[in-house]
Amino acid sequence: MPRAFPKKPPAPLNATPVQYVEKTPTVQSYLPEIMKGIGASMRHFFKNTRDMVRGTRPDPVTERWAEGVTTISYPEQKRPYPERFRGLHRLTLRDDASPRCVACLCCSTACPAQCIYIEAGEYPEGSERRGYERYPVKFVIDELRCIFCGFCVEACPCDAIRMDTGIHAVPYDSRDQFIYTKDLLKGMAGRDGTKETANPRHEPGDATHPGLTRDHVHH
Amino acid sequence: MTGMSLLWTALKILVMVGFVVNIGALLTWYDRRGGAMMQDRIGPNRAPLKIGKFELRIAGLLHTAADGVKFFTKKDFMPPKADKLLFSLAPILAFFPVIALTAVIPFGETVVPEAIVRTVCKNGTQYAAMVNDACPAGFSPETVWPAVPRHGIAAGLTAVPLQIATLNIGILYIFAIAGQGIVGAAIAGWSSDNKFSLMGALRAASQMVSYEVTLGLTLVGAFMVYGSVRLEDMVLWQGENSWGIFVQPLAFFLFFAAAIAETKRIPFDLPEAESELVSGYFTEYSGMKFGMFYFAEYMEIATSSMLMVLIFLGGWHLPFLHRDGLTIAFGATELFHTRMPHVWVVIIGVLAFFGKTIFICWIQAFIRWSLPRFRYDQLMKLGWTVLLPASLANIFATGIVWLAIDNAGPNAAGALKVAADVTQGFTAAVITGLILWAIVGFVRTPVRKEAIVGSSAKLAAAAGGTKEGPITDPGPITTEAA
Repeated sequence: MPRAFPKKPPAPLNATPVQYVEKTPTVQSYLPEIMKGIGASMRHFFKNTRDMVRGTRPDPVTERWAEGVTTISYPEQKRPYPERFRGLHRLTLRDDASPRCVACLCCSTACPAQCIYIEAGEYPEGSERRGYERYPVKFVIDELRCIFCGFCVEACPCDAIRMDTGIHAVPYDSRDQFIYTKDLLKGMAGRDGTKETANPRHEPGDATHPGLTRDHVHH
Repeated sequence: MTGMSLLWTALKILVMVGFVVNIGALLTWYDRRGGAMMQDRIGPNRAPLKIGKFELRIAGLLHTAADGVKFFTKKDFMPPKADKLLFSLAPILAFFPVIALTAVIPFGETVVPEAIVRTVCKNGTQYAAMVNDACPAGFSPETVWPAVPRHGIAAGLTAVPLQIATLNIGILYIFAIAGQGIVGAAIAGWSSDNKFSLMGALRAASQMVSYEVTLGLTLVGAFMVYGSVRLEDMVLWQGENSWGIFVQPLAFFLFFAAAIAETKRIPFDLPEAESELVSGYFTEYSGMKFGMFYFAEYMEIATSSMLMVLIFLGGWHLPFLHRDGLTIAFGATELFHTRMPHVWVVIIGVLAFFGKTIFICWIQAFIRWSLPRFRYDQLMKLGWTVLLPASLANIFATGIVWLAIDNAGPNAAGALKVAADVTQGFTAAVITGLILWAIVGFVRTPVRKEAIVGSSAKLAAAAGGTKEGPITDPGPITTEAA
């Protein structure tokens, strides 16, 4: 029979009395519980040894709730990142391999870590795009400062910056190497291997371009 | 001492010390890898031996070798105020008794070297004796591997017991030497000039002294039954009658508990409790001095397992396998008998002894990974108020039963002989059953449910599972000219 503690005075507290396990000879001899414990160890030992020797251990990702050794032997084995994993940034490209970025500074404004630096420049006189948009002369991201929140991607009106490279921040030797410049960011591909995006881009002068035409300016 | 017996002694020392040292090293590996298997981990498997591009890992066994290299190359630190002589002496005092213990441990049948292989003269079914190393006319020499009789050794033949030193005091020598292990631990703790070490040493001393008593008293019942303190006689008795575990079951469990306490292993690892005392009495040791404590502990497991095998598990004896061959008999009814060459009986015996020792070491690892540590007062309470009275009760019960059997007459003796043979049959059935069960369990392939939840698992499933492959580094990021 469980013995309540303390016996007296009766506790006015709103508390549950501590329940003691009854000290039967079975409990006091430890032996049944020891045998149970060793039995559990043995069950795991035999199963896991069999699986390790025969190479039938559960897949650490697709069978992750199975009983057994579900350790991932990194870096030989890697867990695939989820589809929406935010990795290192990339600058998406247009058909002519120039960045889609129009240097609107939305991303650098949205960035809570202030790790994006953009120097905007005008297209030269006579260029189709002059007057419609600007381009980044410099586009620098300090990946060491970045907190991988993805606000820059949310803020971008042109789908020009993405974090879908699937590459996690890698360790480098010095801080300089974490400063990713425009060329580096342009060179990185998404997880599907392309450097462009599936979203259509309408160049100034195209019939599908939604903006004002040059002629409208004068009206 | 002739040259031949010197050679035999050297061989025996080589086998015994080689086994104990190697099993100590293997146990350090097994403790980690087997522990990992019990806890659903992989365990250490990455110490590679690089031969060119090829990496040899052998299931992490090389971690033991790496440990050895590490012990020898680490700084040999000594606390400035430590007692220099005693600090250096302590590891030797802890290491030496474990090796010295093995001197009286018999690990196989008594070998009769002349009876291993013989040349006889044969003509059809007729045999003739050799005269001056030549066969009589009509007889041709033939090499045979004879069997030896079940009891005794033929006159004129030399017997080589597989035991380094055949001492009459047998197990008393073991207790005398094993007790010296305390001295090493106590001196190590005292000379380190560290309060944790001193606490560990005090605990080690009191724990080992307390459990030494139980260790000795549990065996008194066994001495009464076997009628000898010589380990080889104990094994012979068990071979002719029944294994010690059936004759003295309570003593076996008490001895097992006390032996684990003697080797200072979990759940009795109070002297080196790392959560309380850093490392206990060898906190201040590093390098190979630490290594000696460490290996001595593992070798002690091996020697205590050997003792358990010799006293309770029939030593080198396997059920129904006797000196002359396989004899399946229950009492006077003989079911099966075949003679086996002496050399095979000896080899099987030696393998059985070492196999049983490894089995007990293996069981000890399960205890080490399953049980939590006792509190210090619980430890002392268990030793003095449970194990000690139980071992005393065991002595009295054994004495009374033994007296009753001695006075019961020949019918009871015959019945007991049959009962003893039944235990042998039971043991054989259990061993066979366990082996079969292990094989069946090994062959059966597990069926598991896939749980593909989330895009990560979907990607892995699309790739056919998380496969091992070459290391895929993100690599240098390609840049394009703007």
